[in-house]
Amino acid sequence: MSEIDPAAVEADEFSKLAPLQAAVLSKLNEAADLAALETCRVEVLGKASELAGLLKDVGRLPPAERPIRAALRNALKETISSALETRRGGLEEAALTVRLSAERMDISAPVRPEPAGLIHPISRTMEEIAAIFGAMGFSVKEGPDVEDDWFAFGALNIPGHHPARAMMDTFYLNAKIGERRALLRPHTSSVQIRTMLEWAKAEATGATPEPIRIIVPGRTFRSDHDATHSPMFHQVEGLVIGRDITLAHLKGCLIDFLRAFFNVPDLPVRFRASYFPFTEPSLEVDIGRDRKSGEIGAGSDWLEILGSGMVHPNVLANCGIDPREYQGFAFGVGIDRITILKHGMADMRPLFENDVRWLRHYGFSPLAPANLHEGI
Amino acid sequence: MKFSLSWLKTWLDTDVSAAEIIEKLSTIGLEVEGVHNAAEALAPFVIAEVLEAAPHPNADRLRACRVSIGGAEISVVCGAPNARTGMKAVFAPPGAFIPGSGITLKVGEIRGVKSEGMLVSTRELALGDEHDGIIELPADAPVGTAYAVWAGLDDPVIEISVTPNRGDALSVRGVARDLAAAGLGTLRAFNPKPVAGAGASRISWRNDFAEACPWVLGRTVSNVTNGESPDWLKARLTSIGLRPINTLADITNFFTHDLGRPLHVFDADKIAGSTLTLRHGVPGETFAGLHGKQVVVSSDDCVIADENGAQSLAGIVGGVATGCDFSTRTVFIECALFDRVHIALTGQRHAIHSDARQRFERGIDPALLPNGLHAATAMILDLCGGTASEITQAGSEPHWRRKAKIRFARLKTFGGADIRPDEAVGSLEKLGFTVYRRDGAHAVLDVPSWRNDIAQTPALEQSPDLDPVTAKTTAEGAAEIEPEVDLIEEVLRLRGLDAIIPVSLPLSRSIPAPNLTPKQTRTALARRSLAARGLMECVTFSFLDHNIAGLFAQADEALRLANPIAADLDQMRPTAIATLAAVAARNIARGYPDLGLFEVGPAYPEPGSQILAAAGLRSGETGLSALAASRKFDALDAKADALAVLAALGVATDAITATAEAPKFFHPGQSGLLRQGPKIILAQFGALHPSICSKLDLPIGTVAFEIFLDAIPEPKRRKKSAPALPAFQPLRRDFAFLVPAATPAETLIRAAKGADRNLITNVTLFDRYAGKNLPEGQISLAIAVTLQPTEKSLTETEIEAVSAKIVAAVGKATGGVLRN
Repeated sequence: MSEIDPAAVEADEFSKLAPLQAAVLSKLNEAADLAALETCRVEVLGKASELAGLLKDVGRLPPAERPIRAALRNALKETISSALETRRGGLEEAALTVRLSAERMDISAPVRPEPAGLIHPISRTMEEIAAIFGAMGFSVKEGPDVEDDWFAFGALNIPGHHPARAMMDTFYLNAKIGERRALLRPHTSSVQIRTMLEWAKAEATGATPEPIRIIVPGRTFRSDHDATHSPMFHQVEGLVIGRDITLAHLKGCLIDFLRAFFNVPDLPVRFRASYFPFTEPSLEVDIGRDRKSGEIGAGSDWLEILGSGMVHPNVLANCGIDPREYQGFAFGVGIDRITILKHGMADMRPLFENDVRWLRHYGFSPLAPANLHEGI
Repeated sequence: MKFSLSWLKTWLDTDVSAAEIIEKLSTIGLEVEGVHNAAEALAPFVIAEVLEAAPHPNADRLRACRVSIGGAEISVVCGAPNARTGMKAVFAPPGAFIPGSGITLKVGEIRGVKSEGMLVSTRELALGDEHDGIIELPADAPVGTAYAVWAGLDDPVIEISVTPNRGDALSVRGVARDLAAAGLGTLRAFNPKPVAGAGASRISWRNDFAEACPWVLGRTVSNVTNGESPDWLKARLTSIGLRPINTLADITNFFTHDLGRPLHVFDADKIAGSTLTLRHGVPGETFAGLHGKQVVVSSDDCVIADENGAQSLAGIVGGVATGCDFSTRTVFIECALFDRVHIALTGQRHAIHSDARQRFERGIDPALLPNGLHAATAMILDLCGGTASEITQAGSEPHWRRKAKIRFARLKTFGGADIRPDEAVGSLEKLGFTVYRRDGAHAVLDVPSWRNDIAQTPALEQSPDLDPVTAKTTAEGAAEIEPEVDLIEEVLRLRGLDAIIPVSLPLSRSIPAPNLTPKQTRTALARRSLAARGLMECVTFSFLDHNIAGLFAQADEALRLANPIAADLDQMRPTAIATLAAVAARNIARGYPDLGLFEVGPAYPEPGSQILAAAGLRSGETGLSALAASRKFDALDAKADALAVLAALGVATDAITATAEAPKFFHPGQSGLLRQGPKIILAQFGALHPSICSKLDLPIGTVAFEIFLDAIPEPKRRKKSAPALPAFQPLRRDFAFLVPAATPAETLIRAAKGADRNLITNVTLFDRYAGKNLPEGQISLAIAVTLQPTEKSLTETEIEAVSAKIVAAVGKATGGVLRN
């Protein structure tokens, strides 16, 4: 066994491998795309490649030289593989850049059509009213549009010869409910009557029902049609009954409501004596509104906005509530009217015309329902 | 009700301004509807002296005048024949608007002479028809003073709206009384001297209808001279828009307004016989009314008749035949008390609106008959001369005296106001109440005769469902409380409602309970869901043309309006689809064909039933886009809308079945019902029937839906169980089946789903093919089935087994076979 010189072996091997490395690396760099690079990879690293041959021959080398030469050959393989990956990365990135630039969209183009639906202003007002009165502890009651004349008039202390009961003002149907003529309710007071009847029934059995605090929104009907009247319109009525409800509460409640609804914290509110058969005393309520600009809460003009009063003792007694024990107030507001006032609309009729251009202009987003914590 | 300020001041002794009076009237419940002051339009016109009226150098008919209004001389060219040196006239300066001619005056030059104003005629001031010359004023008229003020025209006329309970305020004196009680002066006394009569009245009363007329007075005045009324009386009437007729008629009109005491005067010489009878009308009886129309009376009317028949509709309108004119020599004065309800019903029946009716209907002062008659007699004697007879009467003064009690504490505990007892009683006394009894806690007062509204309300109409004890107790309560409330109301309105300090409603809990019922919340959610799907919310009328309604359902007579406002608004809608269809047609006609509309509201499908439904309609196409082809809306879009709402409202849509049994207004092959179980119909949807579309001017293919919100069962508020979230990946297997063409996809999907309820979590129809390469009468339905393993991954054998079950189940349900 002759001693070998490891340095000489290494130098010898290096001199054999160096031209190969140079040739392979330059070939890799010449590959123009990923496909060429793949061909190149097979050529330089594949089974038939010179490097593969060299690695295969390692077993046949003299044992003393073997570790030195093998290490160098494996290092070359590493170098080539790494160069190959680097080159692949570069080519991939270039290819991606080319593809992305080819995939460019016209981002100024209009999107696919998505028709936007909106909530009608009347519904919006109803929601706002429910939210405001909800905060004051009122619940929302509803009732039928077709009533008999006891619920619409008799119970409300409106006598038989009263002009409101004439065919001039109220729509009657060609039908009867029991013995009584069916009509389209001219106000939602009928629901107040139903509520009081139920309440009185519960009270008569010895239960102590919660005091009444309700609002009644709904459709109402009167034989009238012009810029400020529609044969069908919407009303919300309110009713508060308890043992110690006074006119001062009526004023407080309505002032609170009007200021919240019109969003004018210092809205001037004026109460005037008036007359309705179902309340006593009866009060008409005005708000400050500039006649010229229409601005609510500005100027020095007054605008009549709603009717109210302490529930008439006859109405309580008609429903079985003893006016010596209980008292309270009621009010009625035209929903359509306060809608057009709040939004500065000139006329009542477009509310029911349903011109899509008008609805698009005045409608409200369904995703922003009216509630107090987000603001009305 | 109109009156002038000067008329008011004949009853109200006051120094306050017109503005204060106007403000006060509104707050005490006599709402001011308008104020008209003639002096405002006449403000620029001043009294002038004509210093010289010389002939115009260049025109024969004109005069060149030098005029003084107190300062520098003014040159005025005047064409009036009566213009002359030294006269007092009315001068209009440049800039003045001449109400009679509608022009605004400018400085001018007339035929070479400068004219710096104008001397005006009565007609030019719109104060009369006189235009023969300029107004000529007395020599003592003060030069430079405003003409309207000097002439007494500065007298605002106030129009108030009197509420139906306040008959007493339909008189100048009544208004004055309210203002005095509200602290704006003192009411002057009314104490007419009784006019003694000489001899019996030539005409006497007979009353056969006491129910309509409890009391009537009358007397004859002979040898009167009827002519034009004196200026003061004519001025009073014209100030409130009444036309002077003749003195006798004018006197009745005067007292109607002055005292709220309507009177009627008959020409006694035209009355047949010596008796006027109050009786029921005889059907067919007619007479010519003073309002210019023929009155055809009915047996419910109360008429005043002589031997020839009805001559007057009592308390409403008199007749021409027995009316007074300039030739009247003998007058019979009627001064009656008519029943309010009778007058109201007769007035409504005849649609006659007279000042007399208005007052009788609201209630006149029942105690005022004698004094009213005396005052009228005195004025007739004064203005027309003659001799008055004794008073004739039928019936008697009705019982009107009533008492009302007020507990002073109730001013606070009911009225919410801090008012001292003295103050309250003082206000009531000024209104004419008198204290009957009073102590520290309460007062009992006598109600004045003219306040028909106090302590006297309509009879109760108690619910028939009340138990007798409750009915009795509460009726007693109302009788006890009502008069007190009347008094509190009077005190509060006179004192001003501003004195009540507002108190916010106390809350029983700081965070209020939800104020909507679950159903109301769902209704709101339905509305928002549909709007969020791109549909526009509409609000349409509950009624429509019965012919249109009949296209959608039987237009039941019981849901027809007896008195519609218009023929096309006479039937309650069976479905809101009908009214939305009209909205759609109008919008399409305006040039907006691609529509999505909805309404959440009532429908009236049959008598006695009102339902709440969310109805919607889509017409046209999805819309032009570069990115997706526009397509027509179809029945399944309507189905999608309905399902989306149902899903939003918590309905398990998996359990919903669609059955082809929608009403006939839908296309029979493109419509259906959405059902839950065998009984509940949740919704209907489909394309509208082509013949309906053409009748309603809608494009063929318009689709609609209606969701029956009342029918949706209330979701059960159960706590949800924890969901199974298996760790294994789901698999998808696709199948295409050949099935008979009429097979509902729902049947196939349901069968596939049922093949293995543990493994199959979803089945989606992804292709439907009909046409070439398929056997006759068959279609191909392709579904994607999702298998979700729960315990371990599925082996190929297990998957094969499930697939076989699916094929078998579909085969059994539809007769379909797997397509190669």
